[in-house]
Amino acid sequence: MSGELEGLLVILCLNTIYAYGVFLPAASGQLNLGAAGFITLGAYCSAFVNSELDGLGVSAWMSIPIAVLFTAAVSFLIAFPILRTRGVYMVLATFAFAEVVAGLIINLEFLGAAQGMPVDAHMPFYGLAIVTLLVALFCHYLMATRCGLAMRAIHDDESVATLFGANVRMIRVWAFATGGALMGLGGALYGHHFNYVEAQNFNILLSIYILLYVLLGGTQTAWGPVVGALFFTFVPELFRYLGRETGEKWLEDGRFVAFGLIIVIMMVIRPEGVVTRTLLERITGGRRRQPASPAAAE
Amino acid sequence: MDVVLRVSRLDKSFGGLKVVDNVSFDVTRGSRTALIGPNGAGKTTVFNLMTGVYPIDHGAIELDGRDITRIPARDRVAAGVSRSFQNIRLMPHLSTLENVMLGQHAQARSIRAQLFPLGFARINKWAEQAREALAKARLEEYPGQVVADLPYGIQKRIEVVRALMAKPKLLLLDEPAAGLNHQETGELQKLLREVSERGVTLLVVEHDMHFVRTLCERVVVLNFGRKIFEGTPAEVNADPAVREAYLGSNQSMGEAGHAA
Ligand SMILES: Nc1ncnc2c1ncn2[C@@H]1O[C@H](COP(=O)(O)OP(=O)(O)OP(=O)(O)O)[C@@H](O)[C@H]1O
Ligand SMILES: [Mg+2]
Repeated sequence: MSGELEGLLVILCLNTIYAYGVFLPAASGQLNLGAAGFITLGAYCSAFVNSELDGLGVSAWMSIPIAVLFTAAVSFLIAFPILRTRGVYMVLATFAFAEVVAGLIINLEFLGAAQGMPVDAHMPFYGLAIVTLLVALFCHYLMATRCGLAMRAIHDDESVATLFGANVRMIRVWAFATGGALMGLGGALYGHHFNYVEAQNFNILLSIYILLYVLLGGTQTAWGPVVGALFFTFVPELFRYLGRETGEKWLEDGRFVAFGLIIVIMMVIRPEGVVTRTLLERITGGRRRQPASPAAAE
Repeated sequence: MDVVLRVSRLDKSFGGLKVVDNVSFDVTRGSRTALIGPNGAGKTTVFNLMTGVYPIDHGAIELDGRDITRIPARDRVAAGVSRSFQNIRLMPHLSTLENVMLGQHAQARSIRAQLFPLGFARINKWAEQAREALAKARLEEYPGQVVADLPYGIQKRIEVVRALMAKPKLLLLDEPAAGLNHQETGELQKLLREVSERGVTLLVVEHDMHFVRTLCERVVVLNFGRKIFEGTPAEVNADPAVREAYLGSNQSMGEAGHAA
């Protein structure tokens, strides 16, 4: 495998894991624009635990799980105040959380402050690929459980979900915290793959991208994040590649303009995301008969 | 008489406007009771108070001898009351089967039941139970389909099945026949009779007086939040207070009972 392709696949794996972290709360109707904050927590936690020189010097077998648990705990605790907010206020609250994390890290000398921190143990690409696969499987499983059913029900109508006995608050808190843990895992893997963590790399642009491609992929099924991550990882590269191959430099230079346009168009033609329940039904042939005629509702 | 629901002196105001005013009535176990009244009389609000959507100002609600006035909304379904909604409130992105399985939620609150993969295991007791209920309601044709695409009349019946999955002692139906055509109303009527024969107590809000007369054996009438009549469907037409209430509103009793 060429180094370039492997590099891209690494990014794809990380993007997919991050995407699942944002997807879980999104599936129950909560928008998290703080991905960078959770990723930073996971990355720095495992860096600190693993690093021989600046940290505790514990092996990666321990540092990654510790980072996941740590991020899960933080996510769980902040879920309670954050989930008191709704809609755009929740977007802002999660964003503010990420800013607080970045601000803290940059001022903590023992975490390398603005210089960042080296990570000793290396996570090769195949390890990353396996973990990504496990994360995807886990999320598919979770969405197929009754708990996942309740999450999707809450997304559609939380008061009716409550009236049928769902503990909306608890389910939301768990979805948020589990998502946070996944992003912490992504951050830890990032650190162990590139062997260096730097808070500036996990910025608001990353949070925006992740939220955007989760919404673009679709939050109704666990396939959405994969499709969103694939799209965001490969489409800009595709433009670059095409530009280089055809010698049309504008394709390469203007790829972000074109990419932005595609996103807008997708949002217009598929406002519920690329992968929807109905689409999956069509693909798997689950849709046997069409309704006669949708009778006029009131 | 064996009372399954006892509503006593219920009061509810919204910002100074008294919407439910000192309402009391009993519902006998296994009976089919109608709750009627002109638009804005407070019928839906009474349902909302029983299911815990809003807290109650004064009064008490007893379900099967248990005071449920103060228990949170999400625990009331386990206590034995479930409902359908005036405007369809199915989950549009869930399939028919999934919507119906949501009705089982209160019986599946253990960690094990919550983590059971309903979606992968096509054959499991929850899905079987839901399919059976759909079949009993003659709705087995559409299990996997997202409900948003189904006809209105079908959706209305799916709501009834979902509410039934909670195994309620008391089933509250808010205008189940509204917007249905003649044939669909017949199907619904048949379904509700079968449900009633299985021992579920029905409390039905409905404007269609013909529907009420053929289904229900008791009628409670509300007007401006107050109970103005309680008796049999045969008596309700003759009652002067009821006639007055319907004449005073934009909808006459004749219109409400057009199909009679
Ligand atoms: N959440 C609320 N806040 C303020 N007012 C409310 C609320 N819910 C209901 N009301 C008011 O309470 C009164 C009774 O409403 P309700 O929906 O219970 O009537 P209804 O008998 O169900 O009427 P309809 O036959 O039109 O469904 C109405 O005046 C309505 O505007
Ligand atoms: Mg109403």
